[in-house]
Amino acid sequence: MAESVALDQPLDESTARKGRSPGQDAWREFRRNRIGVAGLIFIIFIILVAIFAPLMSPYGYATQNNLNSRAKPMTAYTITTDYLPNCHWAGTPLEWGCTIFFTGSDALGRDLWSRTVYGTRVSISIALVASTVSLLIGSIYGTVSGYAGGRIDNFMMRIVDFLYAVPILPLIILMQVYFKALARQGVREGLTGAIIELNQQMGGMLFLFIALGALNWIGMSRMARGQVLSYKNKEFIEAAHMIGASNSRIIFRHLMPNILGPLLIAETLAIPGYIFTEAVLSFIGLGVNPPTPSWGQMISEGYQGLRSNPHLVLVPGAALTILTLAFNFMGDGLRDAFDPKLRGRK
Amino acid sequence: MSENGTLIKVDKLTKHFPITRGIIIQREVGAVQAVDKVSFEIRKGETLGLVGESGCGKSTTGRTILQLYRPTSGKVYYGDADLTELKGEELRRMRRNMQMIFQDPYASLNPRLTVGNIVSEPLEVHSIGNARERRERVQELLRLVGLSPHMINRYPHEFSGGQRQRIGVARALALQPEFIVCDEPISALDVSIQAQVVNLLEELQETFGLTYLFIAHDLSMVRHISDRTAVMYLGKVVELATRNELYTHPLHPYTQALLSAVPIPDPSKEGKRQRIILEGDVPSPANPPKGCRFHPRCPLAIDICREVEPEWREVAPDHWVACHLV
Repeated sequence: MAESVALDQPLDESTARKGRSPGQDAWREFRRNRIGVAGLIFIIFIILVAIFAPLMSPYGYATQNNLNSRAKPMTAYTITTDYLPNCHWAGTPLEWGCTIFFTGSDALGRDLWSRTVYGTRVSISIALVASTVSLLIGSIYGTVSGYAGGRIDNFMMRIVDFLYAVPILPLIILMQVYFKALARQGVREGLTGAIIELNQQMGGMLFLFIALGALNWIGMSRMARGQVLSYKNKEFIEAAHMIGASNSRIIFRHLMPNILGPLLIAETLAIPGYIFTEAVLSFIGLGVNPPTPSWGQMISEGYQGLRSNPHLVLVPGAALTILTLAFNFMGDGLRDAFDPKLRGRK
Repeated sequence: MSENGTLIKVDKLTKHFPITRGIIIQREVGAVQAVDKVSFEIRKGETLGLVGESGCGKSTTGRTILQLYRPTSGKVYYGDADLTELKGEELRRMRRNMQMIFQDPYASLNPRLTVGNIVSEPLEVHSIGNARERRERVQELLRLVGLSPHMINRYPHEFSGGQRQRIGVARALALQPEFIVCDEPISALDVSIQAQVVNLLEELQETFGLTYLFIAHDLSMVRHISDRTAVMYLGKVVELATRNELYTHPLHPYTQALLSAVPIPDPSKEGKRQRIILEGDVPSPANPPKGCRFHPRCPLAIDICREVEPEWREVAPDHWVACHLV
């Protein structure tokens, strides 16, 4: 095509074929990976569920009545007037739906389906916020450290080594216990009061965000630094120096786009870990505040009656499993797409 | 020969890379003497060839002249300006006059940018023209290096090695520099493509009156392209002469050994070619030999070579050499 056009003619931009960037290539590759795409679609679905949770749950997640304690799935129970204001499906009142719990109810008579649906909000916000926080802090810290090199790099990495040596999970548990105790005492003044207030507003998720972000940026910063070191001495970076580009231009235009792919993949693959950590913390009572529903907390509440009422554990447990699997599949698909060398044999 | 004005003057240029030990407190335990007290001039409009074996400091010399590496000591003059003194904005402005073409066309182009963005980046960095003017200039540059302007929106991985090297040339030309360091621009290319790129470089030199420092290890290619040729060994320039003088009357024993390794494309003569085989390996630049750096391998070495460093002097008009025996 190019050969047929005289070289000295002015170029009509519209005839210039747009090339495919490495990112576009990776996306095409990713689309061929069925399990990865299925994971992505499921994650999008769960995000939609989280956003539109009120429309997808027939009852409120906190509405309770002891008469309906531990209802079995799909069995008819007396729904009292407590439930009725919330009894609808996608906005339309449900006459028949208001007589049953699809997946049963918990010890306090709260609808398990509604709680599971609202539980996506906790898991998804943890997944998105914790990964964004750790990616942002980690990639900037690591890039600066690797790019600066020499003494600065040495110093910054020793800080990271130090933080690695500190057992952060016990520290987070202590922090949670401390702030929860303060909250119970009703501290309202100063910075501590403000933090507690904000945490209450977020249903107890603020500390989880901080904890997970603080826990994971360290590994991310090491990875970012390693990536920067492998690119820093490439000739195209030298070429950028040669034309007089500033350091920030080199970092943001030349380094970042090249290192971001592997970091994003690592972050996607770390998300199941975040969701699990949240579940674990909620399971031991250090996660979100009741009555905010979190899958870990629901499992924790249900496991005592596991034999007589297995659905109390199975429903949130299944949701947790499928969501983490979806993130894992998507992460694997992304990794294969960005780095074909790592792809398993077909 | 070209006009006689000096464009670049390199005066006792030295670049040592420190070797450090220790994790937190780093001590310097030595230095790799990549380039050691090198002096020469590059004249306006000429091509100075720089040859030598791997690791002898050719590329470091080129990069230090361009201030990509800051010299340990010594001066580099561009006209009247001392490049080693320039910093920040002044150096950035100076960069418009000097550019570099890199060795590896696969590593020298950012894989995430389109050809258009790569070539227009120098213009953007120096705020030349608006977006539309830059776009036109990029198309003009692509035509100049023999690429179709239609390739403006493609990515580097869609091109062959030779085409990529042309993109690198277009980027180097974007700021209309006077002086270009060609750092082994053809050694990563197929032989059939090498000639094309060299011819392109020659054409561009003629059109724009460019001055080249042409770094290579291919002696016949350097003979073809350069006006004068410098030979480096272990961080030192050992001989510098006009092309024909150097290739016909090499004075330094290392140059003689180097040139004797070039095959002659004539079977009857090739059979009689006398090879000077050097003994041993190149010593480590972290611990170069005392006296003349070449003496441990020099077939002609005498006592003084082991003690005293030979002086860099002009033994005939335009023929410089550093050897006690000349």
